[in-house]
Amino acid sequence: MVDAAGKTTGAGKYTDDLSLPGMLVGRILHSPYPHARIKKIDTSRAEKLDGVVAVITGKDAPNPYGILPVGHDEYALALDKVRYVGDNVACVAAVDEATADKALELIDVEYALLPAYFDPEEAMKAESDLIHDNKPHNLEKDYHHVFGDPDKGFAESDQIAEARFLANEVTHAAMEPHSTLSSFEIDSHTGQPGRLTIWSSTQVPYYLQHKLSLVLEMPMAQIRVIKPLVGGGFGGKSEVIPLEIIAAVAARAARAPVKITYTREEVFWAHRGRPRTIIDLRTGITNDGRITAVKARVVQDGGAYCSYGVVTILYSGALLGALYDIPNIQYDGYRVLTNKPVCGAMRGHGTVNVRFAFESQLDELAAKIKVDPAEVRRRNLLKPPCITVNGLRVQSYGLPECIDQVVKRSGWNERKGKLARGRGLGIACSHYVSGAANSIIRSDMPHSTVNIKIDRDGGVVVYTGASEIGQGSDTMTAQIAAETLGCSLARIKIIAADTDLTPIDIGSYSSRVTFMAGNATLRAAEAVRKQIASAAARRMGCDEEDLVFRDDLIYRKDFAGGGARATQSKSTSKSSDSQQSESSVSGKVEGQILRGSFQQKRKDEGPKDSMSFEEAVVAAIDFHGALTGTGSYAPPAEARGGKHKGGGVGPSPAYSYSAQVAEVSVDEGTGEVTVHKVWAAHDCGRALNPVSVEGQIIGSVWMGMGQALTEEMIWKDGMLMNPGLLEYRSPSAAESPEIEPIIVESIDPEGPFGAKECSEGSLAATIPAIANAIENAVGIRLHESPFTPERVLAALRAKRSQKKINLTEGIDPTAPTRLREHGGSLWFKGKGPARHPKDPARRESAVPTGGAD
Amino acid sequence: MKKELIELSVNGRGHELAFEPSKLLLDVLRQDMQLTGSKRGCDDSSCGACTVLVDGASILSCTMLAASCEGRKITTIEGVSEHGSLAAIQKAYGDWGGAQCGFCTPGFIMTVKHLLSVTPDPSEAEIRNALSGNLCRCTGYNQMYQAIKAAIDAEQKGTAAAK
Repeated sequence: MVDAAGKTTGAGKYTDDLSLPGMLVGRILHSPYPHARIKKIDTSRAEKLDGVVAVITGKDAPNPYGILPVGHDEYALALDKVRYVGDNVACVAAVDEATADKALELIDVEYALLPAYFDPEEAMKAESDLIHDNKPHNLEKDYHHVFGDPDKGFAESDQIAEARFLANEVTHAAMEPHSTLSSFEIDSHTGQPGRLTIWSSTQVPYYLQHKLSLVLEMPMAQIRVIKPLVGGGFGGKSEVIPLEIIAAVAARAARAPVKITYTREEVFWAHRGRPRTIIDLRTGITNDGRITAVKARVVQDGGAYCSYGVVTILYSGALLGALYDIPNIQYDGYRVLTNKPVCGAMRGHGTVNVRFAFESQLDELAAKIKVDPAEVRRRNLLKPPCITVNGLRVQSYGLPECIDQVVKRSGWNERKGKLARGRGLGIACSHYVSGAANSIIRSDMPHSTVNIKIDRDGGVVVYTGASEIGQGSDTMTAQIAAETLGCSLARIKIIAADTDLTPIDIGSYSSRVTFMAGNATLRAAEAVRKQIASAAARRMGCDEEDLVFRDDLIYRKDFAGGGARATQSKSTSKSSDSQQSESSVSGKVEGQILRGSFQQKRKDEGPKDSMSFEEAVVAAIDFHGALTGTGSYAPPAEARGGKHKGGGVGPSPAYSYSAQVAEVSVDEGTGEVTVHKVWAAHDCGRALNPVSVEGQIIGSVWMGMGQALTEEMIWKDGMLMNPGLLEYRSPSAAESPEIEPIIVESIDPEGPFGAKECSEGSLAATIPAIANAIENAVGIRLHESPFTPERVLAALRAKRSQKKINLTEGIDPTAPTRLREHGGSLWFKGKGPARHPKDPARRESAVPTGGAD
Repeated sequence: MKKELIELSVNGRGHELAFEPSKLLLDVLRQDMQLTGSKRGCDDSSCGACTVLVDGASILSCTMLAASCEGRKITTIEGVSEHGSLAAIQKAYGDWGGAQCGFCTPGFIMTVKHLLSVTPDPSEAEIRNALSGNLCRCTGYNQMYQAIKAAIDAEQKGTAAAK
């Protein structure tokens, strides 16, 4: 990786590692109530505290914003209402953290409590005290799609399965807590704060620049967003997080740089993770294993604001297509507002929970028609190139090979059903977009633009807006530039994600970087290469097309020495490290890349068969004046999806495919599930960097395993019960299995060198693969994730006593009550024990009021 | 609380620093010494991103008072590079995908340094056990094992060559 040394030596700077002279520390006051009207905020006591420079509240920045243009429902700080425990109320900028924390305690807020909604199906019934006044029934958005003829499809089927699945809420828990440093420059003309520079842990610098401009009422050109190293995102930093706006507002008020870094608990409140999802799924299949129809009703518990919600609920429906050939689809999706922290985009955005349900149900149907689960998947393959019934264009399709690979490597045919008691194998598939074909801000602008500049020293500088967040974006960019220009990687320098320097790139989300920024890099490098080629061709007396760029050398195709020299230089560069090869490069030109000396040399030598990279670059600069190139990428019109309402979400220029087999064992005494190994085959088009691709596959599978077995946000009356990494139970090295990544290359016709997505698509298959393996091991079908010992034991108990599990309750009613308290809705309906008089969920008085204490 | 003058030995050098006796070692390293390689990833010593060596033992600098380290030898990630170039474990973590976003990496490398100092040739189970105190959200840990094995191989080759 081109940026590895900074990460392994500690020299690399993340946002919280930065500081500026005179910098203040910002701390945010959060709401203690899930739903309340703010009657009064008094900041005077806090302002008087020694060391406090500024205290800001909602009125300091009253413009609404939100990541989606249809969802501008957030404010930097609450204006009149708080909508979840952790909502942002005020911010203090002070000389140090201790002073800021003390000042927070001196801010007096008077709240009038409102009834709160914690369960989406309860929230949908609400007539009054809505979370947002313009959202009746607390319904953020609902979509109802019908493709083909589902009724006819079900009539043609031989077997139908119908069930409710529940996937509980999970969060990214990236290792780096969000952090933002904000600083204004004094404008020379006005003498007032002018240009703003923001360093932030973001996946989307351009969107941040855009939203800051809305809230601060400043032109985008006055705002510079710089993304330092980012310590993991997984979608949690793919939108504008409150602290990013608050830090800017606080810096403006304090007239000094302000840095805000979330505590781990605040990171959990900031959230934007995967919503708790209720999926009512019905699938029909014929006896020979063809899926005839799917009907899905999906309800997502979206939290208090829109965030990416409208996109999430659309992805859940759209990506029912494009994996298998399903002729008839009915989809009803409901994105519901509740008084909990906001859900947004998380790795595998929108598809993961529905995929868990679908792949689980497909295994049940396979059992009913007595067809092997791997075989039933093979019988429903797409025949690309094709356009699915819901308007998604599929060109490259490595799923058949993925299935073959995992079946072979796992010994599926030989071992399944013959393992020891309590041990089983399960298979599942998934897919994901290689970048959304439509940007969230509707326009015709390219999704990625890249500039390349080469100087006389032969150093190649690539300016890209693509955001490295640990996925290998910078390395991918450098590799594509080096490959296209035929030069060594050591020549490439990446300048990335600085809105003043780099052209617009809409960011690192929806697995778009390799496909889109990669294509833009390829085009920029080709543009530069063309200029070098025309100059080199003149010098060599041949056509541009006859030139080969390879191993820091440009030579004619027919030049006999070219291949030999190239091979030679390749073998030397292999045996020596990059530093040595660099010194031999400068040795070749004897450190003198001066115009005169080269011109003299040229005159001496006459036409040549080959030129070194530097020679060609200098020739091109002499010839063209300057050596720069630009490339951009916008998805082709035919890949942008159907015309139906909501048809803009789901289409992608290419889809990645994944098939997985999981081997698990279940302890029938304790209910504990152990994953022993996962074989994961992923069609990434072409693996530009196999170590990175394998790392992404392993990481996705591992994160999926976390959601399958342990990770869950546990709520009680809108309070998060486990806002810490240990309580949230992110798997450690001790409980992480061996994951065997298998790269499948389908070579996409439009991807850069055929490459597609590899960082998200594998996640969704892991959860159902484990669920199916548990079924294979002990014969229980789990409908609710994560598969904790309690849930496994409850299902085992129900199986032994032949009781049917009431799926709408989510779990066996005899199970411990904690499991049914997902949203606290039982308390809310007054079924729980007596509550504390100040408890906001208490219903005795219709609108209870309370003070700030 | 009033600041006091306290002498700390960090990465082989003595530093005389004025800070409150209540200040945590992590905050002194990051804020007073600008050694920002050690990271804060949690509030409750659950993530291991702040791991440093104190007299050769790996400890969480977010739960140790800096003042209590007076007279002891502190090594941070900044002290791991040898003569300005990458140590074998750092090179291996970069080459084998042991570091993705890199935020947890300094903590892991300090933990591995300690592991290898007490167990020069650890088994896979010993490696897993040692790493279980550090959390990573990117890698699923698999590629770290490869990196650690590669680093041990490189060290052994280096030692063999020196002989």
